[in-house]
Amino acid sequence: MTAITTIPAETRDSTVEVHPRLGAAEVLSQTMTMAWRSVIKMRRNPEQFFDVLVQPLLFTAMFAFVFGGAISGDVDKYLPVLIPGILAQTTMTACIATGVQLREDMDKGVFDRFRVLPIARIAPLAGPMVADLTRYTVATVLTFATGMAIGYRPGGGVAGVVAAILLVIVTGWSLAWIFTFVGIIGRSAQAVQGMSMMIMFPLTFVSNAFVLPGSMPGWLRAFVQVNPVSHVVTATRDLANTGAVTAQVGWALVACAAVVAIFATLSVRAYRKAV
Amino acid sequence: MTSTTYDAVRATGLVKEFGTNRAVDGIDLQVAPGEIFGVLGPNGAGKTTTLAMLATLLRIDDGEASIFGVDVRRRPHEVRQLLGVTGQYASVDENLTARENLRLFGRLLGLSSREARSRADTLLGQFGLEDAADRQIAKFSGGMRRRLDLAVSLVRRPPLIFLDEPTTGLDPRTRGQMWTTIRELVASGSTILLTTQYLDEADQLADRIAVIDRGAKVAEGTPGQLKASVGSSTLQLRVADTADVAAAAAVVGRVLPHEPVMTPEQGGVSVALTDADQAAEALLALRAQGISIASVSVAQPTLDEVFLVLTGHETGDPEPTPHDTLEVAR
Repeated sequence: MTAITTIPAETRDSTVEVHPRLGAAEVLSQTMTMAWRSVIKMRRNPEQFFDVLVQPLLFTAMFAFVFGGAISGDVDKYLPVLIPGILAQTTMTACIATGVQLREDMDKGVFDRFRVLPIARIAPLAGPMVADLTRYTVATVLTFATGMAIGYRPGGGVAGVVAAILLVIVTGWSLAWIFTFVGIIGRSAQAVQGMSMMIMFPLTFVSNAFVLPGSMPGWLRAFVQVNPVSHVVTATRDLANTGAVTAQVGWALVACAAVVAIFATLSVRAYRKAV
Repeated sequence: MTSTTYDAVRATGLVKEFGTNRAVDGIDLQVAPGEIFGVLGPNGAGKTTTLAMLATLLRIDDGEASIFGVDVRRRPHEVRQLLGVTGQYASVDENLTARENLRLFGRLLGLSSREARSRADTLLGQFGLEDAADRQIAKFSGGMRRRLDLAVSLVRRPPLIFLDEPTTGLDPRTRGQMWTTIRELVASGSTILLTTQYLDEADQLADRIAVIDRGAKVAEGTPGQLKASVGSSTLQLRVADTADVAAAAAVVGRVLPHEPVMTPEQGGVSVALTDADQAAEALLALRAQGISIASVSVAQPTLDEVFLVLTGHETGDPEPTPHDTLEVAR
């Protein structure tokens, strides 16, 4: 496609060329510009980091001491099971904020302006998510640190832990597409928050994040096994606790890719229609 | 390459429905390149909805629209490259400074980091915003916001600019400054489509005006033509005894060329004047008939009168808000 419309000279001192399509480099540059905007917003509103700062500290300690004895016999034995679970949960919570903030943002006039710009429809959605990578990083590192402070000794060593952190960050970015979609279709920030909670809780708790599925009824176990969060948690455990890159790591990445493929498509489509 | 001269805007039979409400009901618009075209109408008339459809922000339910010959429905991405849109509510990013806003939009529109920076500096200077360049927008005054809003839509020098109520809510002085800026824009070769609820604004700026009411176009022409249809000014009088309203209107109607309009509850009669001298004739005729007057004034035609004359009903929407009345009665 090379169709170019030339504007008659009398409208302007020069002609305007119109390009029918955006190139991949332009899409990437627009997304990174949107990410830059989100980073500035984060810097001006540091309270956005409250959830990823507090939750790792609070939930890690709370779950470890409350459930540790009951589930694994003692806290030290529970930590290798729990920490990857908490990672998944904290990341999911951070993802909810992505959706809620997108809704708040979309309710402002500046989003109308983004919509009349000749930019990729995905850029205003993906940009904030790129900036949110910093939030996932803070959450993951802090969760590991808290775990280690109360006695967790990951068997996978430094390499295993770094790999686990990377996997969780990739997961966070992928699952955030679900909440981005909810953010676009939700009517208000509150509605988005509520809907996201209803998605986040079953996905996190009906998985192997906190309790191994052996004790669950069969039908529940069936869901646990297909839940992408389970694969991520298992893969994180494998990486952090043994340093082994197991098939579960592959499955976790496949699950993430599937979530992105489905929800990024749905999100862009909904964003095009959103008024 | 084609040498056809396209209309900057050409719309035929535009329709937008929200549920059962036809917000825009078959509007035709034709804007020539280099022209300032004003769309005049009260709140809720469908001005902003029309603009939003032309700007690819709202789906066009029926009808055809093109911008410089590019079909709005089929090629929205290309249409967006020809447009700068300035909304009724300053649609800049409140979390960013003025400079950051300009850089953001420059980068999004394909300028390099350095180009975006220098373009931002140029526009900040041009719009007198240098002193406030690094302040957050949240702390801006209404006038500064509008100017920044306009500056942002000019980052890439679009050939067509939509201004949606550029001065609503601004004080008179800031309004005058906006008008100057808008005139400068046209002098530099842009085409402008502007919506307004103020007759004087359309009069000051527009080459041609379309008057819109309840989703339909009720009149179109140059400001001179429109004013001729409502008279250059209006005589408003109130009779002392409200029972005399009909008689007063009849007397005024006999001596003046335009048809008087009555508001019997207030004892009011208003009539368009071709020139202000006619006011004296009307008053003399009333005196001769012994009709006593409580108050009298001669005013420039307001949007209310334009509407009364053009549509035969008041500007009030199905449910007028006090805000509407305030702005219109200005």
